Amino acid sequence: MTRLTTTFAAPRPALVCFITAGDGDTAANLDALVEAGADVIELGMPFTDPMADGPAIQSANLRSLGAGTTTADVLRYATDFRARHPDVPLVLMGYANPMVRRGPEWFAEAAAAAGVDGVICVDIPPEEDDALGPALRAKGIAPIRLATPTTDAARLPQVLEGSEGFLYYVSVAGITGKQQAQIESIEANVARIKQSSDLPVAVGFGVRTPEQASAIAKVADGVVVGSALVEICGEYGAEAPAKLRELTSALAEAVHTARQEHIA
Amino acid sequence: MNSPMNTPLNSFRNLPDERGHFGQFGGRYVAETLMPLVLDLEREYRKAQADPAFQAEFDDLLEHYVGRPSPLYFAPRLTEELGGAQVWFKRDELNHTGAHKINNCIGQILLAIRMGKTRIIAETGAGQHGVATATVCARFGLPCVIYMGAEDVKRQSPNVFRMKLLGAEVIPVTSGGATLKDAMNEGLRDWVANVHDTFYIIGTAAGPHPYPEMVRNFQSVIGKEARAQMLSRVGRLPDLLVAAIGGGSNALGLFHPFLDDPSVKMLGVEAAGHGLDGDEHAASLLGGTPGVLHGNRTYLLQDEDGQITEGHSISAGLDYPGIGPEHAWLKESGRVDYTAVTDEEALDAFQLLCATEGIIPALEPSHAIAAVKKVAPTMPKDAIILANLCGRGDKDIFTVAERLGVEL
Repeated sequence: MTRLTTTFAAPRPALVCFITAGDGDTAANLDALVEAGADVIELGMPFTDPMADGPAIQSANLRSLGAGTTTADVLRYATDFRARHPDVPLVLMGYANPMVRRGPEWFAEAAAAAGVDGVICVDIPPEEDDALGPALRAKGIAPIRLATPTTDAARLPQVLEGSEGFLYYVSVAGITGKQQAQIESIEANVARIKQSSDLPVAVGFGVRTPEQASAIAKVADGVVVGSALVEICGEYGAEAPAKLRELTSALAEAVHTARQEHIA
Repeated sequence: MNSPMNTPLNSFRNLPDERGHFGQFGGRYVAETLMPLVLDLEREYRKAQADPAFQAEFDDLLEHYVGRPSPLYFAPRLTEELGGAQVWFKRDELNHTGAHKINNCIGQILLAIRMGKTRIIAETGAGQHGVATATVCARFGLPCVIYMGAEDVKRQSPNVFRMKLLGAEVIPVTSGGATLKDAMNEGLRDWVANVHDTFYIIGTAAGPHPYPEMVRNFQSVIGKEARAQMLSRVGRLPDLLVAAIGGGSNALGLFHPFLDDPSVKMLGVEAAGHGLDGDEHAASLLGGTPGVLHGNRTYLLQDEDGQITEGHSISAGLDYPGIGPEHAWLKESGRVDYTAVTDEEALDAFQLLCATEGIIPALEPSHAIAAVKKVAPTMPKDAIILANLCGRGDKDIFTVAERLGVEL
């Protein structure tokens, strides 16, 4: 069992928390997320041109790069995290160019050495899997794919083929941030995906509050929260860990107990 | 347009492959949300290519609305001044809206209408593609949103006003360096959020497949006309083709129909800005390395971590840190030579064409003219150079005046 499969094998839904590496005190922020109940960490690799992201994560990317964050720094945050938290799954999320810059094998090797469990690359669809997927699989890192409202039934098998770890269902056709999908639509799409796959399904984009997280946790295996956490990093800087802990605790409570309430 | 039946086996004209790759370049590096749209666009484009009515409407609009064919012009005084090869120009600056960009916009808006899309978006750098897109949107009565870097909005205010006159909404983009690449990011963000009704008219031969192929094919009217005009006027093909390159659509439009003519050499001219030895240039091929941006793998200006660096050129239209993937492949295959000229050289060439031929060129083709200025004297007098005059310079007179220290 890998760290990801162990986490998603638990009977309760998982809370997946995203922050951008190098935006503030990354180690302290990550520790706050884990201590407050995050089950999986998504660590964003900053990129100059985050085409699928809304203003909050765009700004986080610019703050991080502005502070001089390099790929070596991102890998060091991962290595240090793995030493402090041997059992918490860690996923790198980002865009193709920084990942393939030194070659996919270099990246897969470095990520594996840093204790990374999975990689989400926004702009490598199944059609371009060769650019990174084989290198990741060879090192035992899960290539985590995204499915979206535009991924229709004919296309879904292609997305699932070669996906590992979990499937990230992007609940809205749009960029990361504030727009929210109807829970009915999320429920139907998650059910559709689960009919075709045994992979756990985590749902993200536009999830900001414990109430939303709870509603999604009733119908999915995981809930991803990003922009709301990233906004805290931007707003509070060095004071962010306490604020992150506050929001993450509430989200974790909501996600972890969502099904109990449902049963009761 | 690109049928394998009438191209030789070792042709330079039979790419991309079915996955949209030109060798290691090109492809479809987009978010999953866009992937089904990109596939749908390709299907619809294939159907349109096979539909004589689509081609007929395209041809009709190019003739009666754009003003094609554009003239092929022998430049006698420039030729005499340079003292070597004969210099000829393909006069695409005489098109409606003043540049080659309109050829592609006509093709793409016909495709958008065919696909039932009701809203058009585009990115623009110098504003020429924005103006051309706003123009075809007005012509066909479709709402139009143009993303333009806030820096470019300042540099190109006459074109901003033109777009507004034509009914487009111009949205200044302040993220990143606030230039063309950031406008393209914002265009992609809009598209991903409005997939149901929106068609993205990309302005150059870049982006995810099928855009590079599609834009090239729409722009190939330039080279097809030039080839026929040359044969009819002088009875032979030119010895050298020269064109400026930002994303590379005017160059591909001229080059592509000649790629399988071995006697025709080709020279693509990138923007060297303040010089290739520093960071202040926009020469992705000569000063960049392969990477992935905006939907395709191609040469990029980037640092060792794959972060995209800002291009610089006096010409806002060349100020892009990438290049169309077919150029990346043509460079690696050796079929096309690439060079770069500086801001200063382009400015000198701009003034030279004004003075010798009574033509005010845009700063983009001024780069091509600067390369012609260097190479023509090294060639015999019976050699023929054909350069693409892809845009007129009305939009640039303020930039040029400032650089020459003239107050308007």
